[in-house]
Amino acid sequence: MGASKKPARGSVFFREVVGATAVDPHLEACLQCGTCGGSCPSGNDMEHTPRTLFAMIAAGMRETVLRSNTPWYCVSCYYCMERCPQEVHITDVMYTLKRLAIKEGFSRQSSAAQAPAFSETFMEHVERYGRSFELGLITRYFLRHRPLDTVKIAPIGAGMLRRKRFDLTPRKIRQIEQLQAILARADELERNAYRV
Amino acid sequence: MQYGYYPGCSLERNAGAYHESTMAVAGVLGLQFTEVDDWNCCGATEFFSVNQMQAYALTGRNLALAADQFAPKPALPVIPVEVAEPPQLVAPCSACYLNLSKVDRYLASSPELAAKVNTALDAGGLHYDPGSLRVRHLLDVMVNDAGYDAIAARVQRALTGLRVAPYYGCLVVRPGFQGQFDDPEYPTTLDKLMRVLGAKVVDFPLKAHCCGGHMTQISEEVALELLRRLLKNAADYQADVIVTLCPMCQLNLDVFQRAVNRRFGTNFNLPVLFFTQLMGLAFGLAPERLGIGKEFVASRPALAKIGTSVEVEQERAVGKRAKQRNDQSLPMPYMPEEEER
Ligand code: SF4
Ligand code: SF4
Repeated sequence: MGASKKPARGSVFFREVVGATAVDPHLEACLQCGTCGGSCPSGNDMEHTPRTLFAMIAAGMRETVLRSNTPWYCVSCYYCMERCPQEVHITDVMYTLKRLAIKEGFSRQSSAAQAPAFSETFMEHVERYGRSFELGLITRYFLRHRPLDTVKIAPIGAGMLRRKRFDLTPRKIRQIEQLQAILARADELERNAYRV
Repeated sequence: MQYGYYPGCSLERNAGAYHESTMAVAGVLGLQFTEVDDWNCCGATEFFSVNQMQAYALTGRNLALAADQFAPKPALPVIPVEVAEPPQLVAPCSACYLNLSKVDRYLASSPELAAKVNTALDAGGLHYDPGSLRVRHLLDVMVNDAGYDAIAARVQRALTGLRVAPYYGCLVVRPGFQGQFDDPEYPTTLDKLMRVLGAKVVDFPLKAHCCGGHMTQISEEVALELLRRLLKNAADYQADVIVTLCPMCQLNLDVFQRAVNRRFGTNFNLPVLFFTQLMGLAFGLAPERLGIGKEFVASRPALAKIGTSVEVEQERAVGKRAKQRNDQSLPMPYMPEEEER
């Protein structure tokens, strides 16, 4: 989107990533200094550091990149973005890679396989009520996607209820239809953006 | 002073203590927070990972509602409205603050994106002009608008004897989409605020590191290690409490502390409170009005130290350590100092 006016550079996949990021992430400016990976709290658990991933994007290694666990272990802390000497919007690129991986169905094979399920369950509640509904989110997400871990999370849920830190029922905003209309139109725009 | 207030979903329930104490403290300081009417969830990090346009539209609706509600009213044409100053929107949650300020900035930087988001908003009869609001974090408003002096003047029960580890987490100081009110890597505003309240602020090198966000729900392995590092760091400097400014940080450090202890065989017992709760206590407000007691790791034993002289003994112990660390042969990293009050 933002980068469409620039002359085409890099691999086809590179252009796909830049094109799918709403605001130009300046990815072509990456000079492979490695500051991002060195600053990343999840760096140890990532299959590829952000720097490596960006080199792979430039080289057009689409499937390897989209199968990497790296974007899913990104916790959106913006440390890399703060420190990057080239002002690459690293966190936004990570979000784009997550979206592309979901689109290709690759995400479920990575070692952070549960992340998209968590995001999608969260979104279902927001679309229905306008606000997040923590008790519903946790129960539905665990029962549906991680039934075996339910016993682990149950005491925490009980503790939250006891301290009145969970609502028993969701809170709905007044103009939920308005929000749903906005989200539906946004979803159309989203689909069109990928239909290049 | 008047502000639009965006509480966010966490403050409605799981971080109700943050909301209650914010309101109580704002009342004492004469800050007027008016809630954005019918606001929706900010989307946290979840929408951006799945549906980008919905993520922008979701926050776009909040911005549009707030801009409309808090626009300067031209009802009194005699008084020149200072058009230069957009109305201010305060968010106490770091993630909400980030989303609101980021979306406003990005829409301003890309007219193309702004047009798309407005196409979506139009489906609900809304519109937002980027730059119509100035988004601020609650901590920024407390220390820079209310100010340290006004806060100091309200202290009735100084927090002497309490050793506090100030925890900023990531998003409040990074990446500063609408300007940075503190250092992005070694912030000190919360330190100074705690000192103004009379607390003893301990060194906390990991104070701006990430708590893991939603990782506790996805990969405990990754999340618990991040939390262990933070807890160990605060415990190493003998903190009595960790003080936070974000509901996600509070939830992770507090609720998952037992899981950390179980996994690593550690014995952390560090209550995690919101900075507004400590402000309220120092202002002499009743703990019940500040939501104290809703935390998993009980804070009462630590808070009982307020006004005691425990500090003196601990000071001596720390003094010894400090001497060891001061070895001339070791090049110690430079940390920005700030004037002591
Ligand atoms: S810090 Fe920036 S320039 Fe350096 S490798 Fe990472 S993205 Fe590239
Ligand atoms: S934003 Fe993501 S990639 Fe960047 S430092 Fe944080 S966790 Fe790592």
